[in-house]
Amino acid sequence: MNADLPPTHQLEHHHQTVPSDPALRVKALESLLVEKGLVDRAALDALVDAYEHKIGPRNGARVVARAWSDTTYKQRLLSNADAAIAEMGYGGMQGEHMVVVENTAKVHNLVVCTLCSCYPWPVLGLPPVWYKSAPYRSRAVIDPRGVLREFGVELSEEVEVRVWDSTAELRYLVLPERPAGTEGLSEEELAVLVTRDAMVGAAKVSFSKAGSAA
Amino acid sequence: MNGIHDMGGMHGMGPILKEKNEPVFHQEWEGRIVAINRAIGAWRKWNLDAFRHAGERVPPAEYLRISYYERWLTIVTELIVQKGLVTRAEIESGMPAAGSEKAVPALSAENVAAFIARGIPAARNLDVAARFQVGQRVRARNMHPLGHTRLPRYTRGKFGTIHRDHGVFVFPDSNAHFLGEDPQHVYSVRFSARELWGEQAAPQDSVHVDMWDNYLEPA
Repeated sequence: MNADLPPTHQLEHHHQTVPSDPALRVKALESLLVEKGLVDRAALDALVDAYEHKIGPRNGARVVARAWSDTTYKQRLLSNADAAIAEMGYGGMQGEHMVVVENTAKVHNLVVCTLCSCYPWPVLGLPPVWYKSAPYRSRAVIDPRGVLREFGVELSEEVEVRVWDSTAELRYLVLPERPAGTEGLSEEELAVLVTRDAMVGAAKVSFSKAGSAA
Repeated sequence: MNGIHDMGGMHGMGPILKEKNEPVFHQEWEGRIVAINRAIGAWRKWNLDAFRHAGERVPPAEYLRISYYERWLTIVTELIVQKGLVTRAEIESGMPAAGSEKAVPALSAENVAAFIARGIPAARNLDVAARFQVGQRVRARNMHPLGHTRLPRYTRGKFGTIHRDHGVFVFPDSNAHFLGEDPQHVYSVRFSARELWGEQAAPQDSVHVDMWDNYLEPA
């Protein structure tokens, strides 16, 4: 490591004189950065709008529904996820290098980032609190079956569990198992069934004959 | 660094709390700090690895106490001061220093969509030799660098198999410290759950960890 670097140096507490409430601190920071011309407030508004309204798990659900409906698309998705996801119009920030892993009757995949919060933003949006939390990050690798049980997913002993720890710049999307009874559904109808948690591997996709996700 | 952030395999962190119909942002300021981070990041004064390392250096008790986006606020504040975009005095006063020149923002509203769509690829299209082949048995190095690393503690010294070669990527251990990209291959390495956790794990289960060439040695 760099000799100039104080490696054990921890961030110091310099902010005692500014308000401790993060809302006030962020507001003050934004004002300062805008005043200095370092950020454009309209750009901030556009970024918030993108992550709040445009980028989210509905994107991933459309990818999954396409894969369920079109076997050649599914093959492309599993072999070259970046290109297949780009076909649907998604990609970019925090999803530059995608990998898709397929859940089957025999294999269940679960995605985690033990070191921080890596998550495939273009297809799933920003991660939920539980995904970023210490309980999930610590346990997903050592006790995935216990974690899945807490999520309501009971796996038989024969099923193989594969956990994917997102330690590098690859971002993982789980292709869930297509539920039984959905043979007659359109791609749009299938997409409605697909949940965010299922695309992390923390849930299965369910379907009831009444026509809604159970 | 062997920090609190390296949580894989720890016990005692409590139950996983899920929230139904969770909003993207629980409070408005969370969205603002996400946006500020992206917009100020467009100045390219640091990289994602440096951002992560700044987060790792938040003192452990505080790391666990503050919320995720509070940590982002701490990181962004640290980096903009460290890289000279603002001074500590300006943060404390909330005002630009007297006589300071006004910059032109690096990211304009019109460019936001293209900025997000382009992303910040970490792969490098370089002809770098791979030290390992798919199917090869490897061992994660038992190393404990004081700086940034993406080699989780729970894998160090453990044996695994190269499952896939992802290609050439920037190396975070040097990049986080602005010591160059040192591009090298990243592999998906399959570790059997029993190799990592012993008999308590199911024999067929595994953990796949993405690892740079420098993290691995032949086994």
